[in-house]
Amino acid sequence: MFEIFGIPSQALFGQLLLGLINGSFYALLSLGLAVIFGMLNIINFTHGAQYMMGAFTAYLLLQYWGINYWAALVIVPIAIGATGIIIERFLLRRLHQLDPLYGLLLTFGLALVIEGLFRNYYGASGQPYNVPESLQGGHNLGFMFLPNYRAWVIVFSLVVCFCTWFAIERTRLGSYLRAATENPTLVRAFGINVSRMVTLTYGFGVGLAALAGVMAAPIYNVSPQMGSDLIIVVFAVVVIGGMGSIMGAIVTGFALGIVEGLTKVFFPEASNTVIFAIMVVVLLVRPAGLFGRSA
Amino acid sequence: MASAADVPAMRFGRETAWSLGVAAAIMVVFLIAAPFVLYPVFLEKALCFALFACAFNLLIGYVGLLSFGHALYFGWASYLAAYAAKSWGLPPELAILIGTATAAVLGVIAGGLAIRRQGIYFAMITLALAQMMYLVALRVKLTGGEDGIQAVPRGRLFGVFDLNAEMTMYVFVLVVVLAGFFLIFRVINSPFGEVLKAIRENEQRAISLGYNTDRYKLIAFVLSATLAGLAGSVKALVFQLASLTDVHWTMSGEVILMTLVGGLGTIFGPVVGAFVIIAMENYLAPFGQWVLVIQGAIFVICVLIFRRGVVGELANWLGVKL
Repeated sequence: MFEIFGIPSQALFGQLLLGLINGSFYALLSLGLAVIFGMLNIINFTHGAQYMMGAFTAYLLLQYWGINYWAALVIVPIAIGATGIIIERFLLRRLHQLDPLYGLLLTFGLALVIEGLFRNYYGASGQPYNVPESLQGGHNLGFMFLPNYRAWVIVFSLVVCFCTWFAIERTRLGSYLRAATENPTLVRAFGINVSRMVTLTYGFGVGLAALAGVMAAPIYNVSPQMGSDLIIVVFAVVVIGGMGSIMGAIVTGFALGIVEGLTKVFFPEASNTVIFAIMVVVLLVRPAGLFGRSA
Repeated sequence: MASAADVPAMRFGRETAWSLGVAAAIMVVFLIAAPFVLYPVFLEKALCFALFACAFNLLIGYVGLLSFGHALYFGWASYLAAYAAKSWGLPPELAILIGTATAAVLGVIAGGLAIRRQGIYFAMITLALAQMMYLVALRVKLTGGEDGIQAVPRGRLFGVFDLNAEMTMYVFVLVVVLAGFFLIFRVINSPFGEVLKAIRENEQRAISLGYNTDRYKLIAFVLSATLAGLAGSVKALVFQLASLTDVHWTMSGEVILMTLVGGLGTIFGPVVGAFVIIAMENYLAPFGQWVLVIQGAIFVICVLIFRRGVVGELANWLGVKL
């Protein structure tokens, strides 16, 4: 046990770890938002609700059918992603020709509906979700105690983020996607079904949110309002990073999580506003965002 | 919301001006007669929200800026007005002045930051700033945290009119709200308002015509925030309460909903929308969380098939401007 700046290492690294965990979720969610924004040109306000649905679905699967965490990790993103596909196909598609602000309003409305429904049936209180057996316990690293599950969340979300980046920036499918983002009409002229790509992109982004939800379930309590507060922070993350770059979204997400964790150590009372404060500074210094291209 | 198909034509010739006069007359007559039929407190609440929605509509309807954080000005003005009236014992007119001034200052700061980005980012920034100030409200002593500021004295207006008498209060609220309403009306029909509409339709063109669009946007933003603050300050006196509900993002959502239901970019839409939503909430209050679901559903329906809103549809049907 030693101290850094008068702070016990246990506390410092503990908060740093928590920051990295939060950062994982910021990264996964802002990544999803960025991918959806790139293709659909809308901000998906339902993202927080879809994250919450992910966590809740994992909880319900375990509760009623005994389906464990690992299976949920696969089933839930696909199931919630499928609901996203339905939303895009039947609702968002009708707004294609309109100002993107209508998309924001529509998805905001959907978020209210989803959150309201869950609150009706499950109340506002949180439901616990146990850490899967194989990931219980942890390791003492000497300077801190590292719970296995938390280590898993960080590593796994890094892997997911990297795979998404790779798929979009380095594969043929990703190149179609980027081309369609730049000029959908031209890509359509090459015989590619852009509408279907838009639908699948939305489904994928929603699936990412749901995946984050499943991963969050054992860490935070599963509750209907877990998404709405988080999504506003993620919006600030997105404003700071700018949605122009996939890597930018990932890096900003993790970095802000760490900053938030450190703030919790040194200025605990500012910890939940620090990301907003950083957003203000970024707007003053670099209005286009850290990774953004100015419009 | 710049696409021309959604917003009723903004031409404002002599031939349509009569429709506005008629509508204004109907509104005023209704509001004068209403307290004899409906509960004054309900009407006062609806009027406060009508002014709030009109202030919000000034931005979305006439400059094309979607602020997702208008609860910030409404709620913080409400806090400061309540605090001034209760802790400092100031008369209602000064309490309202302090609340409104608070909103103006917040509007200058938040507006100055938010207009640095366009479109969808603008909405996210205003939302994030409002959330930040919500978290501040949760912490600082002045707001009373979870309890809010309760039992705010209504006091005597100008030392003469006792606002504890419900009818006096109603008349006061009505005068304030109508004054705010006509101020907004004058602004959007002034040369200044024409520049705002030009920015909404095509900001680049307005810039190329030599207008400093950022300054116009900021002035409109501050005006909107200030009037939202006026609504919030009056609300604090009406309910004798300032609470976290007023600064929460759901409040920002509610004012958007009111404006959307009534009709974005229409003059009377926000007033109608506010009355519709407040009435709905009154009737649905016993159903708890269903209110959230229904509000959300109305959002979805409005965006999908009812983008003109009640007043917009009516104006379109009658072929006049409302």
